[in-house]
Amino acid sequence: MTLGYAGIFFYVLASLAVVSSVMVITRKSAVHAAMFLVFTFFCMAGIYITLSAEFIAAVQVLVYAGGIVVLFLFVIMLVPLEGRITRLPVGRGAAAILLAALLAVAVLTFYGRLAGTDVSMSVQADRAMGNIEAVGTELYTRYLLPFEVASVLLLVAMVGAVVLARKQL
Amino acid sequence: MIVVPIQHVLVFSLALFLVGVVGVLTRRNGIIVLMSIELMLNAANLNFIAFSRLLSDLAGQVFSIFVIVTAAGEVAVGLAIIISLFRNSESINVDEITLLKG
Repeated sequence: MTLGYAGIFFYVLASLAVVSSVMVITRKSAVHAAMFLVFTFFCMAGIYITLSAEFIAAVQVLVYAGGIVVLFLFVIMLVPLEGRITRLPVGRGAAAILLAALLAVAVLTFYGRLAGTDVSMSVQADRAMGNIEAVGTELYTRYLLPFEVASVLLLVAMVGAVVLARKQL
Repeated sequence: MIVVPIQHVLVFSLALFLVGVVGVLTRRNGIIVLMSIELMLNAANLNFIAFSRLLSDLAGQVFSIFVIVTAAGEVAVGLAIIISLFRNSESINVDEITLLKG
């Protein structure tokens, strides 16, 4: 199995993303958590590039790192919680980790069954059309109705957010 | 050129998803809970894109765009709910919010 530098890129980014996602859920300060969240999203965008999904990588950076995290930071700024102790009850963390381990065992058993098929993927691009062009063609032909419904969903979410955050509900 | 086995990508996305699960179950700050949900949605996106690459089918990438759209809407509404909760009860700890408890 030749790894190639794209493969090394994938493993480095994957380990960085896992470490920084653990930091997201362990930091006490919500601002630090948001910073590690940005870092995780950038790592994910890099991984999408190695999987030759350049358009999704760009959308990931624009929407997640540019939009969603800024929204998080605004709300952290509006909701002052400094100095407030949010201690976790003992036993709840252990129970959560146990549950996660059980889920991991279940899914890994399934993956083990999959391992016999020996599927591998290539990171190199081998297509005639560019990724953005191809995704755009799919979106505007085969998935036109879901695309329009998604725009309605965004409109509804926007109206809902404005109504919920108003002064008197 | 054969580079990364699909299992490695799946195990990585499983790890990310489990970090999100543990975050949702253990953190009390509502904002961090929403961040953990974002991590879980990202793990799902990674699976979509890995299989899209493996099967040379663009449907996975299109679906991951829809997941991103849903995540953006979800986080906007979720943060609006958090602001509204903070305005009404001065707390965003998810286990102190018992408004609907009979």
